[in-house]
Amino acid sequence: MSNTTRPLELMQAWLQKQLSDEAFQWLADSAAALAGAADRDLYLAVSLVPRKVGKADLILSEADMKAADEARSGWRPMGWSVDQTARLVIMLAATPEGPEFARRLEQLCITADVRESIAFYQGLPLYPEGERYVARAGEGLRTNMKAVFEAVAHDNPYPVENFGENAWNQMVLKAIFIGSKLDPIQGLDSRRNRDLATTLIDYAHERQAASRTIMPELWRMVGPFADDELIDELSWPLGRELMVERQAAALALFDSPHEKAAEMLNSVPEIKSDIEAGRVSWETVCNDAPKP
Amino acid sequence: MKTIDPHIHMSARTTDDYEAMAAAGVVAVIEPAFWLGQTRTNVGSFIDYYSSLIGWERFRAAQFGISHYCTIGLNSKEANNEALAEEVMDILPRFATKEGVVAIGEIGYDEQSAAEDKYFRAQLELAKELDMLVMIHTPHRDKKKGTSRSMDVCLEHGLAPNKVIVDHNVEETVKETLDRGFWAAFTLYPQTKMGNERMVEVVRQYGSERIICDSSADWGVSDPLAVPKVANLMASKGIDQHHIHMTCYQNAINAYGQSGQFNEEDWLNPAPIDQRTLFEDNSVLRGQNPRVDEVDAPLKDAAVG
Repeated sequence: MSNTTRPLELMQAWLQKQLSDEAFQWLADSAAALAGAADRDLYLAVSLVPRKVGKADLILSEADMKAADEARSGWRPMGWSVDQTARLVIMLAATPEGPEFARRLEQLCITADVRESIAFYQGLPLYPEGERYVARAGEGLRTNMKAVFEAVAHDNPYPVENFGENAWNQMVLKAIFIGSKLDPIQGLDSRRNRDLATTLIDYAHERQAASRTIMPELWRMVGPFADDELIDELSWPLGRELMVERQAAALALFDSPHEKAAEMLNSVPEIKSDIEAGRVSWETVCNDAPKP
Repeated sequence: MKTIDPHIHMSARTTDDYEAMAAAGVVAVIEPAFWLGQTRTNVGSFIDYYSSLIGWERFRAAQFGISHYCTIGLNSKEANNEALAEEVMDILPRFATKEGVVAIGEIGYDEQSAAEDKYFRAQLELAKELDMLVMIHTPHRDKKKGTSRSMDVCLEHGLAPNKVIVDHNVEETVKETLDRGFWAAFTLYPQTKMGNERMVEVVRQYGSERIICDSSADWGVSDPLAVPKVANLMASKGIDQHHIHMTCYQNAINAYGQSGQFNEEDWLNPAPIDQRTLFEDNSVLRGQNPRVDEVDAPLKDAAVG
């Protein structure tokens, strides 16, 4: 249980610091009482959480974030709230074993409200026997609610560790499709692949034909595969009016193996030097891109 | 004028209705779990329906700037299928305390059968266990006796009258409901039962203490603008503004606010309406321009004819 114990302790400590004595006591009592308890008691306690502990943001320091990453590599509880955290505390404390946890999680997910869904998907990296939840994570990506989609896709090590190429590509494609940022997806560059790049080029053509904008981060997925066949695709963003689109094209050219890439980069010398100096990166492109 | 419709089945309504309601000043709605017109045959249908009330419909309403809440319960008609009712009772506690659930409801009697009585009582016990409010659906047939009986049973199970909202009142039931300390809700039907003109006379006679107006609009002939319309009618008939405010807005807050889940802040200081959070291929927008309001945008003050 070593992979779930330490995160559980951390979450309890964070909540103890932030919750009122009364609220924390309720949480501690519930968690203790739920060991070996019936399903009904668990489901009720999980849904009661916001009524008992409120819905404030979880306030974490740099040191807390570091401790999280040490406890569970890639765990990044960015933008979590106290109710979401308390729900995970209750679930993990009540059910340490993988098969039983997976069964109960599935039941919780099929009756979840929106905040619960977000909590359950954010918690994916903390669950026992993590490989059990791949199908459930896929369901999270099928939602129409962006916040739920991002609970799986953003700041979460689960997809990169557990998704096969098909599921991975679907996630990135849908992120672009719904205007969700790519940079917060963990393992984004390491999982780039040619299939994804060509699918995204098709998508880009569709958008160009309809005179619609294209999210600049798309070109990040294309760069390494910009060979004879695809290199010219980068001419389009490189010629756009919006600076962040030209920057994205230039960053992609840096990743391209094609000889023409250097020549194309020389056509935008200022951007090239900004990239070399670290003033422009995929992170800045992500942050500077217009809202879709 | 801002109004609240504390009983309306939005799942059965269109986006045109949401737009019209928002334009007419409806800021919040409560959608009680009820019968779908078509009787359900398995517990999975209930699970998906309740999930939709706490999930998609709440989200959909937010796209139009309307705060959506719901009540969770097994309705009286479907309580008559006992085998299914047992299964529904098993899953009800899992939904009762979700975000935005303001009461157990709408529950009560339809034919006043033994099965209805059994599950009405079981749900009153659940409400007590979870310290929740109750929304009562009083029967359309045998109205007077059914309403009295509903209140008798609530008291028998130890519920406080101020935690129970008795809906579908008529002239013949309102006095007893109020005298016994319950909230008296009135459903404004376009043709039958309680019409808008009659509602005005009820308020003229009884004032506004613990009286609540709603539309109960659903998949049948009904009017999702009934509350703003009756508010306007009351004004034109010389009813005091205070009474209009109480019956069409404030009493709903006073009654359902006791749940801790129904707060004026939700619509007075809402999160910015950002329709762009919806996924494009199944969006309520379907190609229209998203409407993105600023946090401090003034609330609409539209009149309804």
